[in-house]
Formats: sequence, structure tokens, C-alpha cells
Amino acid sequence: MQNLNGIRALVAVTLGMALSAVPAAAKKLNVVTSTSDLAALTMEVGGDRINVDSIAKGYQDPHFVEAKPSFLLKLKQADVLLVVGLELEIGWLPPLITQSGNPKVQVGGQGYLDASQFAEILEIPSGPVSRAMGDVHPLGNPHYWLDPANGRRIARGVANKLGELDPNDAPYFQDRFKDFDRRLSDAEKKWDAEMSPYRGRKVVTYHNSATNFAKHFGLNVMGYVEPRPGIPPTPGHTIELMGLMKRDKIKVILVEPYFDLKTPDSIARETGGKVIVFLPSVGGEKEVTDYFKLFDYDIALLMKAFQETN
Amino acid sequence: MKHFIFAVVLATLISTTMWGQQSTAPAADTAALEQKFRDMEDRIIALEGQVRALKATAAQAQPAPVTSPETATEPSPLVSGTAPAETSATSSSSAFARPINLGGASNAGKALNPDISVIGDFIGVAGHNSISPSPALEMHESEIGLQAIIDPYARGDFFLSFGEKGVNVEEAFITFTALPAGFTARVGKMRSAFGKVNMMHNHVLPFVDRPLVSNSLTGGEDGIDDAGFSLEHILPAPKGIFLDVTAQLFRGDSGGGNQLVFQSHRKSDVSTVEHLRAYKDLTESTNLDIGLSYARGHNELGSAFLTQLYGVDATVHWKPLRRAIYHSFVGRGEFIWSQRQQLPVEQRAFGFYTSGEYQLGRRWFVGGRYDLSDRSRFANQTDKGGSAILTYWPSEFSQIRTQYRYTKYAENIGAHEVLFQVLFSLGAHGAHPF
Repeated sequence: MQNLNGIRALVAVTLGMALSAVPAAAKKLNVVTSTSDLAALTMEVGGDRINVDSIAKGYQDPHFVEAKPSFLLKLKQADVLLVVGLELEIGWLPPLITQSGNPKVQVGGQGYLDASQFAEILEIPSGPVSRAMGDVHPLGNPHYWLDPANGRRIARGVANKLGELDPNDAPYFQDRFKDFDRRLSDAEKKWDAEMSPYRGRKVVTYHNSATNFAKHFGLNVMGYVEPRPGIPPTPGHTIELMGLMKRDKIKVILVEPYFDLKTPDSIARETGGKVIVFLPSVGGEKEVTDYFKLFDYDIALLMKAFQETN
Repeated sequence: MKHFIFAVVLATLISTTMWGQQSTAPAADTAALEQKFRDMEDRIIALEGQVRALKATAAQAQPAPVTSPETATEPSPLVSGTAPAETSATSSSSAFARPINLGGASNAGKALNPDISVIGDFIGVAGHNSISPSPALEMHESEIGLQAIIDPYARGDFFLSFGEKGVNVEEAFITFTALPAGFTARVGKMRSAFGKVNMMHNHVLPFVDRPLVSNSLTGGEDGIDDAGFSLEHILPAPKGIFLDVTAQLFRGDSGGGNQLVFQSHRKSDVSTVEHLRAYKDLTESTNLDIGLSYARGHNELGSAFLTQLYGVDATVHWKPLRRAIYHSFVGRGEFIWSQRQQLPVEQRAFGFYTSGEYQLGRRWFVGGRYDLSDRSRFANQTDKGGSAILTYWPSEFSQIRTQYRYTKYAENIGAHEVLFQVLFSLGAHGAHPF
């Protein structure tokens, strides 16, 4: 009898420990994002109550990520999959989702979150779309995170989603969002002030990925190095673009870090312009570790380029 | 739906303005108004986002998360410029969640149509080959893909390949994606998981043709492609290794004509395929992918005659992330042993290929392949060959390639051939697995 009681006590203690240990340990939500920007925004609101991992690196072209099996290991463990949407990831994410064997992150599942639903989307084609326009996105321009206002909206959406999945920590996520919102508003004032002398400046970009950024900071994107989205530069288009740049006195060419600099460099030589490797994503350079530093970096780069080409 | 949004926005704006006019301290109100305006903008964007989400996934009754609902038509009264910053992302969503369905094909209904794609594969061949002749010009295949998510638990994929004559259901299967314990199951007709090339559709082959070993030992273009079940599971493994096992059970009919691999004579003559895959990222840009395969089934001689296939494949991928669209390399080798019971004696044949493809620039690829294979029915007859290929991609959606191929057949006959191929793709073709 004594013995039996002892065993009972032991079982009770062990069970108690197991029960108390499990919620504490299993609490942290695993969030996987398709891009590093979404990971950075999620980090802002999730803090240390979640784990965040991004599939694409910041210096990688998000259209062309390889669907490596190692990503499946991340997706398998995910509670939330946060995607850019608007078909940006259509070339690589769907098979990963299917193969992950994780019901939570399937499209329409509880943990599948498309960030584009929160953001202001530009360039939604109003007429018929065809591939003659190149690799167009029929749902609108997917590079929408480069507007701080959209960053805020995405962060809010993520905070709500995290709170929904983890109600105990919902106030924590909301507090973190409010804090992020405050810091972002302050930073926005600084960025707006820094960029205000250059409002209305004309620039050229390699790919059509700076639309939301340009809208927020009042830049005019007049042309692209690519003749059509996703189509590499052609001599005819390059000559046309150089003509346009000379005529309109456009001096600054923004190139994403994953594109070859050969054509932009020769355009710059010909037109007396300047090429800058503009970062569309967090992690594009080592020092750009969060959403704020992304804008700090790009704005410093632009200011310098505008001053030098004045 | 749009009208409704405008009505809501208009009502809100009017009430805001009226409230603004009643105010007694206009200067202090500017900030409040600005804030209010910004909230309004946020709210419109949230509504637009909802409309998009609804259009995209009209069937999935899973609207955006709703928190602190606040009716858009009755803005909360503001006090001295401190507006609630966290306006709800979704407001009065009930009106949107139930779109009026008048029957017939509405636009939202069309959104549920499967993704449709067509891939054209045109091949021209010059040169003389008396052993395995090919037509001079041929619309080799028109593959139609129909793909969609069926319900929250499954997706469906159909690939119908039209030759110049006749249609073949290349693959048609349902994938259950929401099974417990991380299993993924497929039911239908599918290309079996034996090695690498066997899984590939014609248009994703790195060369115009399939390697000799596929033609001699594993059923050629049709390959081991049969109706049955497939169960896949990712196994736990240390050190970031991806380990995945697939087990498949088929009726037992694969390949045709002199490329026949398996044939079922009675219901119990099923065939099986097992595949174990190990994958590891060596660096950020380089990875190694190794597979072991086994297949077993009955051959055309009868239920008592078994054919067993063993395969080893290894692939090295290199793609620098910063220049991913300009340079890449794939090196691959596949080794297959066939053990075929027949009269008078069992035939044990071996074959392999090794190939490499290097991407020179955004649009140009070069590649080479070495081939060697015994014939499954006459294992002492060995064919050898080599190929070189140049591929040009005008865009992601078309490819033009030229391949030079030399084959030295067991009969001591050599064949020099030039193959020319144009591939073109229409519509939304889902990405293929890595």
C-alpha cells in the first residue's frame, strides 16, 4: 500500500510537471514568412513570444526562389505561413505548401496569411492582361511593402492574427504593435523630412519594384531598364531609355541587388547618371537588419545620389 | 460590392465633415482631422484588401481575422485629436462575407476554375538513325495541365498529353495535404517516384530526349507511370538533412511495346515503387540530393516472371542567391540496375547517365550528357552515347534548344543526330517540385 501511494504521488508529480511544462514550452508560435521583410515586420509585433524564419533571403529575387526541400522542414513546423501574395511566390511556394504535410499552412488553413489583403496595392491592371506585357502580375504590384504605411498595416494584420492564434499573448502583440506604430511614425517624419527636398525627382528603376516607395516619397519612376517586367534588357529598349533620360534629365538609376549591373552601368556612363544598388528587402546588406534600417539605408543612398547628380 | 464600399466611405466622410464643422476649435482639429483622414484611408485599403481576398478565395469561408469590430457608418466620436490608431482591419464584414449568388457563372465563380495551362513541345530531328528512328518534324506533345485546390484537405492535378494522334492521361491525381502526422497521400495515376528523370514531364527535361537508360530499362518517355496510391512522409533527421520516404502501390502496368516494364496479368500482379531521398544544403547556394529507388512488378511473360529495378541518383545544384537569375549549375547522375526474369535465363542489365547543365547568362544554358545502357531483354547488348545541348530562353515561358546526339548501338551502328526543340507555355502552369 505504501508503495502504491508512492507510485501514485510520483505519477501525479510527473504529470503535473509535464502538464505545466508543455504549455510553457509549446507556447511560442512558429511563423514562417516567404520574404525577409515580412519576417522583420512579424518580429516587430511578435517579439520574443514567437519564432520567425524567412524562406527567401533579402538579397534574393523573390520571384525566383528555389523550392528546396530544406524549406519543407521549416514549413512542417510552422503555425503561421505569412506570404506576400499577388502571385509573387507562384513559381515556388505552392509545391512547398503541398509537400509540407502541414494542414495549418495550406491555402485557406488557419495559419495561412496573405499580407497583401492588408496593404494598399498599386497598378492593378484594369484591362485585359497578357504575357505580351512580360511577366505581369494580374493582381497588382506585389512589391508593396516598401511604403511605411503599408508596413504599419501589415504589422497590424499580423498582430491581430497572432493574437487570434494565441489569445493569451494577444495584449502583448497589440502593445508591441502600438510601440512599433509609434516608432514608425517618428521615423516616417524623419524620412519624409529627409526626402522632402527631392520630391518630384525623376528616377529609373531596373524592375518595377519601387512603385509604392516612389508614391510614398513623391518620386517619379519614369522608366525601367527591363523593357517589360521579367524580360532582360534589349539594345533597342536601352537606347530608347537613354534618350528618355537625356531628354528628361534623369540621373538616378535604381537597381535591385540581384540584377546584373552591366546594362545600368553603361546607361549611366552614356547619360552622366548614377547607378545605386537600392535594397527592396531587409537583409539585402548585412547591416540592414530590420524594417527601419531598410528605409534608413535606401533613403541615405538616394539622398547621396540626388546630391551628387545635382 | 464596389458601390457598397463607396456608400460606406461617403457616409463616413460626410459624417466626419459634419462633426468637423460643429467643432469650435478649428486649429486643434486639423491634426485630428488628418488622423481621421488617415484612418479612413487605412479603412478603405483594408476593405479593398478584403474584396481582393474574397475574389480570390470566394469559396473558402475564412475571411480575414476580425478584431474589435467597429461599424464603418458610425465613426466613434473623437476627443481632441487622439484617434484610435488601431482601426479594425475589417469592418461590417458580414455584408461582404455573403455575396449574393444569382446563379450562373459570376466572376467570383470563375475564380474557382482550375488553373489551366498548355505546354507545346515541338521537335525536329535531322540525321540518320536506323535503330531508333525519329520523325523529321513533329508536334511531339501538347500537355494540358488543370490544377486546383479541391477543398481545405486536398488539391487536384491533371496532366493530359496530346500527341499528334491520341491522348494520354499522363497524370491525374488528388493529393491529400491535411493528413495527420505529416503524411501526404496521393491517389490516381501518376509518374512514380523511381529516380529523377522518371518523375519529370517532357517539358522540364534538361535535354530534348530522355537518357538511353530510361529508354532501355525504365519505360522510356511514358516511364513507370501507373494508377495507384502513394504515401509520402518526411522523416526526422539530424543536422538539417531532409529525409523523405515514398511508398507507392500500382496496378502493375507501365511502359508499352518494346519498352514495356511491368504488365499485370491478374489483379494480384500489383507493382510497387519505393523511394528514399536525402537532401542537404551544403552552403547557401550549393546542395546535394541523393535518392535510392526500388521497383518491383511482373513483366509481359506472365505472373511468374518478375522484374525488379534498383536505382541510385545523385544531384548537385549550385545557384548563387545574389545572381540566381544569371548563373546556375546542375550535375546529375542516375544508375539503374534491372533484374528481369525471362526464359531461358534471367537478364541482369545496368545503365547510367551523367549530365551537367551550366547557365551562362540570363537566357543561355549549355549542357552535356554521357549515356550507357544495357538492354533489359538482352543484357549483353550495350548502347552508348553522348549529347551536347544549347538552350535559349526568350522568356520564362518559352525555350528554344538544339542538341547534338551521337549514339553507338550494340549492333555497332553509329548515329549522328541533331535535335531541335521549341517549348512554349500558355496560362498558369503550377511550379514543379524541386
